[in-house]
Amino acid sequence: MSEPILVAEGLEKSFFGVQVLRGVGLTLHPGEVHGLIGENGAGKSTFMKILAGVYQRDGGTVRIAGAEVDFQHPVQAAEAGLATVFQEFNLLPERTVAENVFVGREPRRFGLVDRRRMVRQTEQLLAELGIDFIDADAPVRRLSVAEQQIVEIVKALSVDARVIQMDEPTAALADHEVELLYAIIARLKARGVAILYVSHRLKEIFDLCDTITVLKDGALVSTGPADELDTDELVRRMVGRPIETYFPEAEPGTELGEPRLVLRGAGNGYVDGIELELRAGEIVGVAGLQGSGRTELAEAVFGIAPFTRGTMELDGRAIRVTGARQAVREGLALVTEDRKAQGLALNQSVLDNALLVIRSVFSRRTAAVRRELPGVLSSLEVASRGVDQEVQYLSGGNQQKVVLAKWLATEPRVVLMDEPTRGIDVGAKVAVYRLMRRLTREGVAILMISSELPEVIGMSDRIIVMHDGRASAELPARSDEATILAAATGTLAAIDLEGGAA
Amino acid sequence: MSAATPAARRRRGRLDSSLIVGIALVVVIAIGAILVATVGRNFFSPGNIRDILTGMSVLGFVAIGQTLVVLCASLDLSVLYVISLSSLIAADLMAGNPANIPLALAASLGVAALIGLANGLIVTKLKVNGFIATLGTGLIIKGFLDSNYKGTSGDVPMEFRLIGATGLGPVPVSTILMLAVAELVWLFLGRTRTGHHIYAVGGNEQVARLSGIRTARPVIAAHVLCSMSAALAGLLLASRSGVGNPTFGAQGGYDLLSIAAVVLGGTLLLGGRGSVWGTIGGVAIFAVVDNVMSVMQVNPFLKDVVRGIVIVAAVAVYASRSVERRRPRFDAGGAPPAPAAASPAAVDPAATTEGAAR
Repeated sequence: MSEPILVAEGLEKSFFGVQVLRGVGLTLHPGEVHGLIGENGAGKSTFMKILAGVYQRDGGTVRIAGAEVDFQHPVQAAEAGLATVFQEFNLLPERTVAENVFVGREPRRFGLVDRRRMVRQTEQLLAELGIDFIDADAPVRRLSVAEQQIVEIVKALSVDARVIQMDEPTAALADHEVELLYAIIARLKARGVAILYVSHRLKEIFDLCDTITVLKDGALVSTGPADELDTDELVRRMVGRPIETYFPEAEPGTELGEPRLVLRGAGNGYVDGIELELRAGEIVGVAGLQGSGRTELAEAVFGIAPFTRGTMELDGRAIRVTGARQAVREGLALVTEDRKAQGLALNQSVLDNALLVIRSVFSRRTAAVRRELPGVLSSLEVASRGVDQEVQYLSGGNQQKVVLAKWLATEPRVVLMDEPTRGIDVGAKVAVYRLMRRLTREGVAILMISSELPEVIGMSDRIIVMHDGRASAELPARSDEATILAAATGTLAAIDLEGGAA
Repeated sequence: MSAATPAARRRRGRLDSSLIVGIALVVVIAIGAILVATVGRNFFSPGNIRDILTGMSVLGFVAIGQTLVVLCASLDLSVLYVISLSSLIAADLMAGNPANIPLALAASLGVAALIGLANGLIVTKLKVNGFIATLGTGLIIKGFLDSNYKGTSGDVPMEFRLIGATGLGPVPVSTILMLAVAELVWLFLGRTRTGHHIYAVGGNEQVARLSGIRTARPVIAAHVLCSMSAALAGLLLASRSGVGNPTFGAQGGYDLLSIAAVVLGGTLLLGGRGSVWGTIGGVAIFAVVDNVMSVMQVNPFLKDVVRGIVIVAAVAVYASRSVERRRPRFDAGGAPPAPAAASPAAVDPAATTEGAAR
């Protein structure tokens, strides 16, 4: 085999005393597609960001073409031939494709930016990838997500990268767009570019990768040729942790009641044909890939982007929710995915945040809720220096508890939770799970959207899997990860369900 | 398909805010011409054209500079006092002697550049919001003006007054100069790295930084150029009136009016999108509206009402166009719309930046 282009050994990284990488390393050869796989929080993104120079490592070594490197900035990495296509795009929507590809490195002629050369080189790079439908002069905001992805890859190529890292490159792509990405990767491979490919989609990993490295909880599980692995073994290595330790059982006295929320053929611009029956005391998990329409489903129920088709019933009564205010009045609550942008007023106090919904929708109950609030906060174990502290100074877990307190105050009947434990520590996670169990015992119905499959499996009474804006499957409690992943990727046939992973 | 697509998209790319400003300008001119005709006057008479163009040049200079600053997602409120200060510096130094003109120009532009440098450094190094930073520097200049000048001052020689007084046919020299500066700034934005970086930093500072751009430099450059073009406006006012005046800026209300013209011209107040020619269009719309109202002898109160309506209406139009929406996956019947990559031309131009938002 050829000389390795990149060797990483024993990388260590901690954030605020929490170790997220424990001695992880891998080796990349020219023309190799190397899959990096693991659950959310396994350390994949941190690993990539260290290689890219976004984070600085605490320990370990990285060598590119034999020379040890220590990047302080992504630009240094790019200059050394290591480019990264991050999950969140780094593009300027108002600028053209060519301007984005060459931003910060605009070619010059007689001191002036040489637009023609910029466009020509971009067109050339696009042509090398076999892309003829992207206009180098078009503003990026007019491109589809897949096309923007290609622009990111072209940006990486324009620095003559020998290693390209791709973080979940298909997360926002539709199926036919994924095929396009496959074709591009094949071309890059043929040119001798090494690719580090991070994905949740097992099918892609097996389709594309020559080598697979599995991470779990920040540590290396295994690294080896892809053809020595199958889906079951891979899933076993990724998961390999008893779910029960984490997730509390349903509290005694929890009973399934009448249907609280019923959707029949519901749809709008983002989701379609949704059939859902959510009963009192029930937790229904919603799984699916990013961009599959999970958040959009919650937003439709909550009236942010109302359903335009089908029917919705709440406690047996047909209603049309056309706005968040109405939703709150009807007894719905939405714990949003992005806590900092959509859930909290960061520079206001714990008290103001916890009273936010009550003050604006049920202002007559403000005084009563305010009296109860200290009790609610302490029952949620919110650790703060008091109700006057600004929420921006709380940890992620405590912030999330404030969001929950805000909604508990409205005494909701149906709670929609979008990634309720994203970015919070284990202790806070368990507190959120306990709260969910308590709510269901009181007859509340919960729809929980989550990217973390163990969480979906551990908490849900039933599981809905979204794929391309539709519910592709409804699975019973304790379904296995492989089945859920297969439904989420729309590749049920690709995975052997008979021997599904435990 | 793929052969036709880029061309189709390029056409639509041009159908952008500058074009909308152009269309709006034509509509305003048409309505104005009709209104002026109803009172028995000719909108297109050389005299009236000259009036409009004269009205454009001072605001034009200020707004060109302001465009640069707004593109960086900053603001400059100090232009008001830079205008007055530069008129005073120039008129005092000229002191009626044509030989002093070069020195006077250099001094007022140099002082303005220093003020702009201070603004830029405060915004980028002290991380003070541009609105506040330039409000502060503006107040400092105002204090200097108030305590040192009781009224008009200096004497501008005839040679320099000619700039403000002569014209080629109905086109005043000052307007030609203003348009020349606009062209230069247009080239600067489109053809220099700093110009490109102004758009990048204004569009998304994080992306700019990760792309290796030193993000302070373009912002500082924009502030320096903005102050200097405000100084040009002050020089023009001095040339027209023959003296420097500590209230030139305040009389015209150029701080907020220039920002309004920039926004009217389709530049995003949040930065990253816009063009100088859009701004010139915005300035022209203001000039035409003002001209029509003064020809028709509309009372001053109503004038401000109309100006206000124009600004708000324009921004409302842009806001309705630029709402960030995710691209719908399903149409009204529930069938998926045509696949995006296969037919990008079919995508609604208003449904925009899904990827960027992620």
